[in-house]
Amino acid sequence: MGGRKPGTRSRGFGPMEHPLIHTNKLSKTFVVKKETVEAVKGVDIDVAPGELVAFLGPNGAGKSTTLRMLTTLLKPTSGSATVAGLDVVADPAGVRARIGYIGQGNGGGHSYRVIDEMVMQGRFYGMNSTDARSRADELLKSLDLADLAKRTVIKLSGGQRRRMDVALGLMHSPRLLFLDEPSTGMDPQNRANLWEHIMRMRAEHGTTIVLTTHYMDEADSMSERVIVIDHGTIIADNTAARLKADLAGDLLAVEVAAASAAEVRGLLGRAAAEGEVEEHRHDGVVRFRLRLSNGARLAPELLKQMHDAGAPAQSLELKPPTLDDVFLELTGRSLREGAEV
Amino acid sequence: MPGQPARTEFAEQKPTESGPGPDRILRDTWYVFWREMLLPLRDPFSLVFSLLQPLVFLGLFGPLLGSAVGAPAFGGQSTLQWFLPGVVVMIALFGTSMTGSNLQYELMTGSYERILATPLSRSSLMIGRALKEWAPLVVQGLLISVVCIPFGFVFHPLHVLVGLIILGIFGIGLGALSYALALVSQNKEWIFWGVQQTLLFPLMILSGIMLPIEAGPEWMRVASLFNPLTYLVNAERELFAGAVGVDTLYGLLAAAVTAAVGLVVGIRTISRNTN
Repeated sequence: MGGRKPGTRSRGFGPMEHPLIHTNKLSKTFVVKKETVEAVKGVDIDVAPGELVAFLGPNGAGKSTTLRMLTTLLKPTSGSATVAGLDVVADPAGVRARIGYIGQGNGGGHSYRVIDEMVMQGRFYGMNSTDARSRADELLKSLDLADLAKRTVIKLSGGQRRRMDVALGLMHSPRLLFLDEPSTGMDPQNRANLWEHIMRMRAEHGTTIVLTTHYMDEADSMSERVIVIDHGTIIADNTAARLKADLAGDLLAVEVAAASAAEVRGLLGRAAAEGEVEEHRHDGVVRFRLRLSNGARLAPELLKQMHDAGAPAQSLELKPPTLDDVFLELTGRSLREGAEV
Repeated sequence: MPGQPARTEFAEQKPTESGPGPDRILRDTWYVFWREMLLPLRDPFSLVFSLLQPLVFLGLFGPLLGSAVGAPAFGGQSTLQWFLPGVVVMIALFGTSMTGSNLQYELMTGSYERILATPLSRSSLMIGRALKEWAPLVVQGLLISVVCIPFGFVFHPLHVLVGLIILGIFGIGLGALSYALALVSQNKEWIFWGVQQTLLFPLMILSGIMLPIEAGPEWMRVASLFNPLTYLVNAERELFAGAVGVDTLYGLLAAAVTAAVGLVVGIRTISRNTN
């Protein structure tokens, strides 16, 4: 609502015919110590079946609140949301039966055995005990927890518990799965492991996945679509590649001899995405930095032009943009600063 | 692929706009109950101890009561016949008012939230947990009854069973209130214990569980009339004596009212927690 930057809205496939998730001005206001906090300010989201969507934003941006409204754990203050064809306020039980949810905390009860919690989770979703048992065994095996089946949850390590959370969330093979900060606190190997499993499940069952993360590399490499949320508003919604190309562009750094700086400055100024070129002089060498959309294609051409103008480059560095660059461009703040706990 | 679960197909599930039906609540309650029961069942040592506890209490307090108060206060019955039903009500009171304490641990981790996100009906979350606190009572009640037979207790199995069921209904209400209390005192666990302990003892003493209320002053007898537990204790005494009468009816009524109030308060608290 007004907060979107131009050029970030189009998703390429127009209005969806049968979105799995559809929200209309979904809002959530909390009253904390007599002060009203607008956690989510009227977001419109459509998610089509089979999509993998990441809500990216700093802590407190409203990602989890949005997710909790979509999973019926929080009632919206205003606006509406339909999930898997059902209204989250009118039929929360129906919504819950059709989705899976992996929250931020550990889902396994501390005093329970891993296998017991898994089987009961299946029963909660209406599976019979034979199916629940074999599904639990299968998941524990594939998440590398088979040896721990009879262990009490409290005796598991942090990474093991998080894998168990995922196993619990997958018990009933939901067609639509919500994950709230799935990999927070996991080591890189476990994160990779977790993602491998989520991706496999998605490939096998066409599961639609909606997750929140403040790890931009995760949103970048894993999701097809990134919804950037800040201060309770959607500020960008597109594929990671498009967001980066449209909003950030590649970062190009070129060094030339100080004598030929003038010609190069003109050349680069015309090529730069917004005409902005930074320069630093040091020991007779001038280093220029600029943003280029489609830098990989433009850089060789630029080098040739510089060479023809008698001002050859001494060195060149080309860095593809990150989602952090996108966030910085959109908000003037770095996601890294906001993300550190 | 072996072991593939029944997929949650969007189309095959009926809408549940009118809320879950009774069969659904019953099934969900069974699952919640069973999950809770796994804790004592996986730890039989604690189970045996908790089952033996009332025997110890009865063995130590019973003789003292008989000699301290004297038989006339018990309406002519033997001390045991009078006191045993009181002990059973006391176990029910202590057990089901603790329903929320197990929940507290699950509130601190994410396991309560995980369960909240499943399709389990809200009332079965409370009923299942309350019944888990009640279930050992059935075993305990029957056990102490049998053990007391050689000491002059006359055991009427059917009546005792009815008495235990009435306590189960009462326990659902008290358990739901305890559940709601745990939700309200989330992140301030001491409030839960403060309220539970503060209410427990006055309720217990003002119901004549330990000592006959008839022996107390006028104001205590009046106060006891407003205590639902009084009617439960009277009902249990009548039933354990092998009779069914007005006291039983009032007891059943008190249990039903407690259950209804407890569930309404509990469900409201759960849904208010999502605001």
